[in-house]
Amino acid sequence: MSVIQVQRKPLTFAERTYLPQVFGGLMITLRHFFGRRVTLEYPEQRPEIAPGYRGVPTLVKDPNGREKCVSCQLCEFVCPPKAIRITPGEISGDGPSAHVEKAPREFEINMLRCIYCGLCQEVCPEEAIFLQNVYSVSGYSRDELVNDKEKLYQLGGTLPDRHFKWDKKQAAASASPIAHP
Amino acid sequence: MATEYTFPENAAKAPAAAPDFGPERMSISMGPSHPSTHGVLRLQLELDGEVVTKADPVVGYLHRGDEKIAENMTYNQFVPYTDRLDYLAPLANNVAYAIAVERLAGLEMPPRCQATRVVISELARISSHLMGLGAFGIDVGAWTVFLYTFTEREKLYRLFEELTGARFTTSYTRIGGAARDVPDGWLDRVGAFCDQFLPILEETLALLTRNRIFIDRTADIGVINKEDAIAYGLTGPNLRGCGVPLDLRKDRPYSGYEQYEFDVPVGSKGDSFDRYLCRGEEMRQSVRIIRQAIKNFPGGAWYAEDAKRIFAPPKDKILTSMEELIQNFMLVTEGPQMPPGEVYFEAENPKGALGFFVVSKGGGVPWRLKIRSPSFCNLSILPKVCVGAMLTDIVAILGSFDFVMGECDR
Repeated sequence: MSVIQVQRKPLTFAERTYLPQVFGGLMITLRHFFGRRVTLEYPEQRPEIAPGYRGVPTLVKDPNGREKCVSCQLCEFVCPPKAIRITPGEISGDGPSAHVEKAPREFEINMLRCIYCGLCQEVCPEEAIFLQNVYSVSGYSRDELVNDKEKLYQLGGTLPDRHFKWDKKQAAASASPIAHP
Repeated sequence: MATEYTFPENAAKAPAAAPDFGPERMSISMGPSHPSTHGVLRLQLELDGEVVTKADPVVGYLHRGDEKIAENMTYNQFVPYTDRLDYLAPLANNVAYAIAVERLAGLEMPPRCQATRVVISELARISSHLMGLGAFGIDVGAWTVFLYTFTEREKLYRLFEELTGARFTTSYTRIGGAARDVPDGWLDRVGAFCDQFLPILEETLALLTRNRIFIDRTADIGVINKEDAIAYGLTGPNLRGCGVPLDLRKDRPYSGYEQYEFDVPVGSKGDSFDRYLCRGEEMRQSVRIIRQAIKNFPGGAWYAEDAKRIFAPPKDKILTSMEELIQNFMLVTEGPQMPPGEVYFEAENPKGALGFFVVSKGGGVPWRLKIRSPSFCNLSILPKVCVGAMLTDIVAILGSFDFVMGECDR
């Protein structure tokens, strides 16, 4: 096992006069003074957000405009601070996504509770909820900071889909000889 | 004419008599909102003039009941709460917690996962020590150091943001793996950071190490001898500053630390200056470890692939296969399945040994989770160290301890 003892050499006479430190310190300050600036003039200048950033959670639609959430309530369950509230609903009628059967009637994320941990995005089996790059949230009242379904879709927009799982499912169902109920 | 007022019987009254200190003593409260108590520590001091005759740390202002919270959620749901223990090194907390629970499950992590954990633990150590040094400097009147350490820390936070998606509350590890793999090119950027960091570190430390004002403020202040340090359960740089070469990365290696070469810095006197020197040297050693780790960074799996009842299947599979979909639902709702038993694991965190004692009765929720927080144990020696020091020295002693109340009070 390698142990090193930190060195404490006694100060030399020159160092005891403070002067070398004063000038050394001033030199460092001067160099930084003329060096590259490290600060940003926020909010005029915005920092670059790395991909995969965990900002405000949003709901997304697939490229066909179908809302992806099927209200399985897994995110509501996993959310450590219990910020998500979902009221499940049904998709009625003969629309193009009627075979999905379920969609949230209400979907609320309370941004006063959310801790941006990203567990909701991680567990979502439909890739419907995403933490995107909005990071600065403010409002005049508590109600304003509870994002409802409409706000969440507006924030989320549309993201590319890799699987189109429900479309495939529908195609498979209509191709199969057994009549779909 | 003044009406006579009588207090109601049940009214709150002032204490009958103030504690009797004699004519010379004075009792003051330092904190909980004092700038040099680094958060919400309150010191109940008894002074004889400028000399402290008694010091009582009052902790608990930031108590959130994390241990109880853990009993009400699955193992993975608790990860965000570990961020908020030592909030200056959340990644190191994540790693310590994940390894503790994995030990309970008897899981061995693949090399890539272990190496990632080593790299992020050491990066967290650097960022925590940078913050500690900067704040220590401010405490004793050296503002400049703080500016430069914060510039470097910001670069580290950019790296954390890229890796985990958040600067501060990283929540990176999961039981049996991590939230995501290391992004492309990230390790190169870590290497680049190390290259430019070392000269700046030397320059920044040079502002303090040979500075007579700083030495006058810290040398021979808050001296702790070896026996006391061990008896009070100090850990981390505070213990090593007293000359005890205990480093859990060496003594009880975890996550593959035995593969890396590094030195354990120890102090000779056990004063505030030694603790500062140890932190400085530890940063150099951390850079050494990171360089070794990224030089031979292993490929392969970044999570435990065999642990089907602990780590979630890949997202692609969840979306396309019914088996994995059900597995995902089971994992989230019931939690990672642990065998009954108990485990205690300590990791060498920037502040000292962070220990998790997990008792499981099987299933996905801990029956009891105890957190041994280094800051709490390190603070326990304050009543002994502070006695006899001047009031201004208290600031230097607190600064040299580099504690975090989020972890102390948990």
